[in-house]
Amino acid sequence: MKTFIENKPAIPIVSHLNPNGSKWALKEKLWLGLSKQEYKEQFIRNPVNWVLIFIFAIGIPILLQRYIFGLGSITHGSNDYPWGLFLGFGLFGMVPLSASGFLLGTTVEIFGRKDFTPIERLALLNGLLGYFFAVVYLLVDLGMPWRLYYPMIVSLGPAAVLFLVAWHVATYLSVQIAEVSSAFFEWIGWLKGKRFIKSITIGLTVAGIILSTLHQGALGALFTYAPTKVHPLWLSANFQWIHFFCSAIFAGLSMVMVSAALCKRYLTWRCDRQFLDNIDRCTLGLGKGCAYALITYLVIKLVGIAHDNEWAYLLTGWGQYFMLEMALAVILPMMLFAYGVKHQRVGMVRLAAWISVLGIIWNRLNTSMICFNWQTYQEIPHWKEIWATVTVFAIYFIVYRFILYRLPILYQWQGER
Amino acid sequence: MKKLINRRRFLQGSLVASAAAAFPLAKNTAAANFEGYPDSMGVLVDLSRCVGCRSCEAACNKEQNLPAPEKPFNDFSVFDELSHGQKRRTDETRYTVVNRHDIPGLKHPLFRKIQCNHCLEPACLTSCFVNAYTKTPEGAVIYDASVCVGCRTCMIACPFNIPAFRYSSAFDPKIMKCIFCYDTRLVKGLPPACVEACPQEVMTFGRRTDLLEMGRQRIRENPDAYVDHIYGENEAGGTAWMYLSPVPFEQVEFNTAVPKEPILNYVKDFLSIVPMVLTIWPALFTGIHLLATKKEKMEQQKKSEGSES
Repeated sequence: MKTFIENKPAIPIVSHLNPNGSKWALKEKLWLGLSKQEYKEQFIRNPVNWVLIFIFAIGIPILLQRYIFGLGSITHGSNDYPWGLFLGFGLFGMVPLSASGFLLGTTVEIFGRKDFTPIERLALLNGLLGYFFAVVYLLVDLGMPWRLYYPMIVSLGPAAVLFLVAWHVATYLSVQIAEVSSAFFEWIGWLKGKRFIKSITIGLTVAGIILSTLHQGALGALFTYAPTKVHPLWLSANFQWIHFFCSAIFAGLSMVMVSAALCKRYLTWRCDRQFLDNIDRCTLGLGKGCAYALITYLVIKLVGIAHDNEWAYLLTGWGQYFMLEMALAVILPMMLFAYGVKHQRVGMVRLAAWISVLGIIWNRLNTSMICFNWQTYQEIPHWKEIWATVTVFAIYFIVYRFILYRLPILYQWQGER
Repeated sequence: MKKLINRRRFLQGSLVASAAAAFPLAKNTAAANFEGYPDSMGVLVDLSRCVGCRSCEAACNKEQNLPAPEKPFNDFSVFDELSHGQKRRTDETRYTVVNRHDIPGLKHPLFRKIQCNHCLEPACLTSCFVNAYTKTPEGAVIYDASVCVGCRTCMIACPFNIPAFRYSSAFDPKIMKCIFCYDTRLVKGLPPACVEACPQEVMTFGRRTDLLEMGRQRIRENPDAYVDHIYGENEAGGTAWMYLSPVPFEQVEFNTAVPKEPILNYVKDFLSIVPMVLTIWPALFTGIHLLATKKEKMEQQKKSEGSES
C-alpha cells in the first residue's frame, strides 16, 4: 500500500469525495481506491498473505473434513476431554481478549475520559470480532452447529450457566454490532443511522457492562460444574466467576494495546495523526489500568486458595506449575506494567501487554484442558485440531485487517460525520 | 428529555430481564432439598458377587440396538485393555462396561460394572442449556436427542464420566448413555436388561428406599464382608444405582472425591449473583456516568449562560 500511496494522492480514502470533485463509489471504497491490477499487486507483495495461503491450503480441507465426516475425523474424539482447543482457545481464550470493547466503551462514554477516544473504536472492533469468532469456533466445535439457535427459541434450559452464556453472547454481539456500526455508517455516508446509534450510546454501553460482567463470569462458572475434574488451584467454586471476570479486564486491555501497536507499526498508512500521536499516551494509560487489574487478580487468586485452604497443593508438582503460571503470566507483566508506566517506557508496557495476552490464553488452556482431569491423564490435541484452530484464527486476522483497511477505525472520517 | 426516556426504558428492560432470570433461580432453591421422587426405582450392585462374565454388557448391547463390538462378549482379554492408562469406559458403542480390579491382599479380583448412576439431581440435567435431559418419576435420567446442540457440557459436568458423544457422525451426532432401559422396560415396571441377564444376582432392582434398607441390612448381617458404606447413597446428592463393596471403594477405582451433595450446589454461587448484577449495574454505572460528567455539563451550562447575557 505504501508504494501506491506515494504515487497516488487520492488514497487512502478518508472522505466521500475524490480529490477531483466526484464522489467515491462504494465499489471504489471497497477496492481501497485501487484498480484491480493494483489491488492484486499489493496482495501478492505482502508476505503475510503467503503465510495465510499456506495455512488455508491445509486448513480449509480439514474444516471440510470436519463437516463431512464428523468431529471424530479431525480430533481424538475424546469422551474424557469433551472440550478441546476449539473451546479452550477459541471460546475461553478469545472472549477475555475481547473484553476491550466494553472496557474502553465504559472508560470513554461512562467515565467521560475523552482522552481515550482515539483508541475507542479499535477496542470496540477488537471486541466485536473476538466475540464473533468465538461463535465461529463454537460452530466448528458444536456437534450440531445447525441448532445453534435452539437455546433461544426451541428448547430453553434457563437454569444452566451455558444458557446465560448463549443469551449474553448473542445480545452482546448485537450491542457490539450497533456500537461499531457508527463507523460503518460514516463510511457509507448514512448519517441518520449514526445519529441514532449516538443517541443510544449510554444505554448500549451500560448494557455492554452488564452482559460482559455476567458472561465473562459465566465462562468461569462453567467449570464449577466439574469440581472433581479441574485441579483445585485452577478452580474456586465460590470465586471462579470473579477470577475470570477480573482477568478479562487486563486481557482485554492488553489485547487492544497489542492490536494498536501492530497497527501503528504495520498499518501506518491507514492511521491518521490523531491516532499516531495519541497511541503512546493511551497505551501508558491502559497499562496503568492493567497493573491495577493484575494486582487485584493476584490477590483474589490467593484469596481463592486461602478460602478453600489449598496451600498444601502448592508443594506438589501441580502447585509448582501453578506458581509458574502466576509468576510468568501475572507477576511479571504486573511489574513490567508498573515500571513501564512509572518511567514512561511505552516499549516495556507493550511487552507486558504481549505477555499478559499470552498469559491469559495459557490460563484458559490450563483451566479447560491441561489441569482438567488432573488425576487421570493429559491429552495432546490431534494436529488437525490444532491446524483447524489456527485456520479459524487466520480468518479472524483477515476479517480484522479487511475492516481496518476500510472503515474509519484508525482514522477520522473527513467531512460530514 | 429524550435521553431520560431512553434510560427509563432501559431500566424497565433490565427489570424484566432480571425477573426472568429470578424465576429459574427460585425453582433451583426449591430443588435444593429435593430428595428424589418418592417411589423412584434403583439398582443395588453387590461387587462381592460379580464374576465378570459380561452377560450384562451383551444384554445391554442387544436391548439398546448398539453396534456389534470388536471383540465378542465372551472374550475376557478386554479386561486388560488400557487407553491412556485408563480402564475401559462407556462410549458411543457401549452404555455399560465391566472392568476387572486386582485387589492387593485379595485372592480373586473384583469386577465393577459401570453405567449411568441415574442421579437424583443429575449434573448433566442441570448443566444442559436446552433441557435435553429429564429425570423421570420412575428414576431414569433420559435424554432427548432432538433438541441437543452437541455442546457436551453434560460430559464435563457428569462426576462419573458417563455420557459419551457420537463423534463419528457428522450429521447425526448425539449423546450416548444408559437410559435405565426406560422406554422398553422401566415404564412397564420391568428391571433393565442388564439386571435381568445377570446369572449371579449381582444387581437387585427395586424402590430406592427399599434398596437402601436392604444394603444396610446386608452390611449389618455380614459386617466382615462389606465396608460400611453404600456408594451412591449420598454421592453427587444421591444416585439411583448404588454399590456395596467388600473393599474400600477407592481400591475398586470409584471416585471417592465426588461430593456428597448435588454438583449444582457448586454453581449456585454464580447463579445467585446474576439477578443482582442485572439490577444493580444499570443504576450504578448510569450513576457513575452522571457523577463523572457533571463538571463538563456545568461548564457547558455556564458557557451558554455567559453567551446569552
